Amino acid sequence: MIWGVVQFPGSCDERDALHACEVASGEARLVWHEERDLGGVDAVVVPGGFSYGDYLRAGAIARFSPAMEAVAEFAAAGGPVLGICNGFQVLCEAGLLPGALLRNAELRFTCRQVELTDASGRSLSIPAKHGEGRYYAPDDVLDELEANGQVAYRYAEGHNFNGSARDIAGVSNEAGNVVGLMPHPEHAVDPLTGSTDGLRVFEAVAGAGARA
Amino acid sequence: MTVETAKHRELGLTDSEFELIVAKLGREPNDVELAMFSLLWSEHCAYKHSRKLLRRLPTEGERVVMGPGENAGAVDVGNGHAVAFKVESHNHPSAVEPFQGAATGVGGILRDVFALGARPIAILDSLRFGELDSVRSRHLLDGAVRGIGHYGNSIGVATVGGEIYFEEPYEHNCLVNAMCVGLARTEDMVRAAAAGVGNAVVLMGASSGRDGIGGASVLASAELGEGDEAKRPTVQIGDPFEESKVLECCLELLAKGLLVSLQDLGAAGLTSSAGEMASAGGVGIDLDVARVPLREADMEPFEIMVSESQERMLAVVEPAKVPEVLALCEKWQTGGAEIGVVTDSGRVRVLRDGEVVGDMPVEALVDGCPLYDLEPAEPEGWIYGNRATLGTDATAAQELLALLAAPSIASKRWAFEQYDSVVGSRTVRRPESADAAVLQLPEAGNAIAVSIDGNGRRVACDPYEGTVEAVLECAQNLACVGAEPLGLTNCLNFGNPEKPATAWQLDRAVSGLADACNELGVPVVGGNVSLYNEGPDGPIYPTPVVGMVGELPDPARTVGSAFAIAGDAIGLVGPFAPTLAGSELAKQRGVLDTGLPRPDVTAVAAACTVVRDAVRAGNLSSAHDVSDGGLAVALSEAAIGSGLGCRVDLQPLRDRGCAPEEALFGEGSGGFLVSGERGALEQLGATLLGEVGGEAIEIAAGDRSVAVPLAEAERAWRSLPGRLGDEQ
Repeated sequence: MIWGVVQFPGSCDERDALHACEVASGEARLVWHEERDLGGVDAVVVPGGFSYGDYLRAGAIARFSPAMEAVAEFAAAGGPVLGICNGFQVLCEAGLLPGALLRNAELRFTCRQVELTDASGRSLSIPAKHGEGRYYAPDDVLDELEANGQVAYRYAEGHNFNGSARDIAGVSNEAGNVVGLMPHPEHAVDPLTGSTDGLRVFEAVAGAGARA
Repeated sequence: MTVETAKHRELGLTDSEFELIVAKLGREPNDVELAMFSLLWSEHCAYKHSRKLLRRLPTEGERVVMGPGENAGAVDVGNGHAVAFKVESHNHPSAVEPFQGAATGVGGILRDVFALGARPIAILDSLRFGELDSVRSRHLLDGAVRGIGHYGNSIGVATVGGEIYFEEPYEHNCLVNAMCVGLARTEDMVRAAAAGVGNAVVLMGASSGRDGIGGASVLASAELGEGDEAKRPTVQIGDPFEESKVLECCLELLAKGLLVSLQDLGAAGLTSSAGEMASAGGVGIDLDVARVPLREADMEPFEIMVSESQERMLAVVEPAKVPEVLALCEKWQTGGAEIGVVTDSGRVRVLRDGEVVGDMPVEALVDGCPLYDLEPAEPEGWIYGNRATLGTDATAAQELLALLAAPSIASKRWAFEQYDSVVGSRTVRRPESADAAVLQLPEAGNAIAVSIDGNGRRVACDPYEGTVEAVLECAQNLACVGAEPLGLTNCLNFGNPEKPATAWQLDRAVSGLADACNELGVPVVGGNVSLYNEGPDGPIYPTPVVGMVGELPDPARTVGSAFAIAGDAIGLVGPFAPTLAGSELAKQRGVLDTGLPRPDVTAVAAACTVVRDAVRAGNLSSAHDVSDGGLAVALSEAAIGSGLGCRVDLQPLRDRGCAPEEALFGEGSGGFLVSGERGALEQLGATLLGEVGGEAIEIAAGDRSVAVPLAEAERAWRSLPGRLGDEQ
């Protein structure tokens, strides 16, 4: 499986994401933001960082990049896409995922190891680090997401530091092939740096794409 | 008095310095030249009160790749890789506008490191504020922490460690020192010296504006006082996105071999970077200010030459490679403009559309500033105040809780959680989990440990011994994670060196730094001096901040500072002979005075080796340097971090002659608190003190014995967020 990792000016975690993809399944390459062609990759990561500086609203500019047009087409065709942190924000801005990410309830950037629960109830320990990670969607949308099984990750009790609605840390699209989450699975692929639970996120997305 | 001579005073030059400039030029300088001289001859750029002292420092070592004089120092870490690092101050800007001051401090030190061709991989910060009950201090703390986070997080460099102290003498003049560590392939590294007559000079990054004009002379080289609000326009505004682009651009240019040399633009902007590049290379440089991309079209040549706009780099490029360089700037959507040429004239010439508007010998501009001898005089007694916050009738348990809750000792989680400490996938030990940050280097097949330390209060008590202690504490912190020191960087934060007491502090501190480094065999590969740190109430505590980088062979073989296993034995390693002199307890009792006992550096170095080897061999469960608040605080920290209590008896220290309260709360170099299997500790020669376990911190110390429930100790140690006030 070949992963493509989109790189915007201002991306921070693209090298870590590349490494994580390699650990997860062997091959990965960067996709420059000006590329309109994803070059035949099997899955895409939109990584964390501050794309184009994010001085406007997180992800608001990146969604217009040529690479994101390609990602939208790729997603529409059922290709697996994983958005991490800023990548999640970009996917929400692009309309590929429902909802929006608002400033943390305490209005501060926070970096902390958090416990998550995935859709099947398994728990994961993964670092989170962001200032705008409070997941928001109107109640009817939240009800629908829950009914459709689109809540991919929730913060465990006591770990929802940003004030996300219904403890939601990550969601998927209706088809299940596009997944976004605020915590950083690419920083959790090595026992030396904390945990390897992040690999399960990459594996899940690769699998979801295969089913879509 | 002529108009010209009045102007030079406004710019911070003395009459005799001005006369020297006239003599060197053979005429009076014009406005452009005067502005340039005034900045390069400022304390901040010329180190005119400290350069002679700094010659005492040892700078050579087998592993040194680059030493002082480059943008940053660098040491070899093996397998063709080098680690570059430097610490620098941004004190006065932060005291005027803490968010931008701290943010641009981080931005500046990052540029120093990637100017060498090293990718920044870690940031550490050493911060000093007035007492936490001051609204001003809380405002400065909040702004500085946000600013550091804003810049470091946005650019994707992990902030992995640091320290924050709160002391009255920093009330008006806070300290913000930032250290950056970078990793490079040694063959890709580049120096700052301009070379190759006819080569192009290319300015990259942000455009130049009127921000920060005169920052080096106005802000950094004079005391703070009334009217600082008016100085706010001299503080620069940081743009981490621009820096991220110019960083990536520079690293790609260097990896492709497209640059002859590279230098960042910091204090004094184009003036210092062009002057220093020419000086280092023994060449001249012509710059045409009309070719500098500007934010405001009507800027005067002198404004362009001294602008301190951030996120700019200056490179020397062979003419044939200029198009490729500019194309890469375009790829990274950052500025790139050919603004000058390397000449053989030995002069810095400033042109506007070809017309010469300034023309100075490089030697006069960069190296011509007179160096001053200090006139040190030891002050009589303790020149700083004392404020008692703890009665002498307090019980040992009350004292322990008061120390754990002291803002300088209490957990700084509130601050470090605002920093991204994990980006880069190198951080093996996150903040507060070990005495030093540990970063793995898969490229080199090993890991580094980094620590930053400097207790100004102890240096105030004894500038020589206090500075020796700062170096030893760094070395001890590295030993606790199994690392061996490779090199040291420092930032000397002091008051006005023209005052005899401050001159004496500076003189003694530099001697202590030199002697400690010599005895440990650790070279000083770079540093920074920040003088004139004074407020209306007098000077800051003399604060040499020491940053040390060490190497460890296996990142999997390191330990944290917290206990790990119930039932482990607890031991003390090293020549620890604690006293209350200069201690946190003495501060709280309001009995600070001059004088510290002399540490036995050789014995401390030997203890470092013992602990380092034991950690590397996997023989210890934890290792923690005994520092602020003494052994009782070190035990509490190790217990809180693990959720495991402890039962110890300090009789062995009392057998060494310590009074009970000295054994509990006394401070001094050379103490390592370790835990592990009893047999392993005995093998080290550790003095056994007790055992890990239970739900309390129980310390037998004669008539001062303490037993505090772990939860109560933790509440005190984690009390900082609740005391940050409404403005948080």
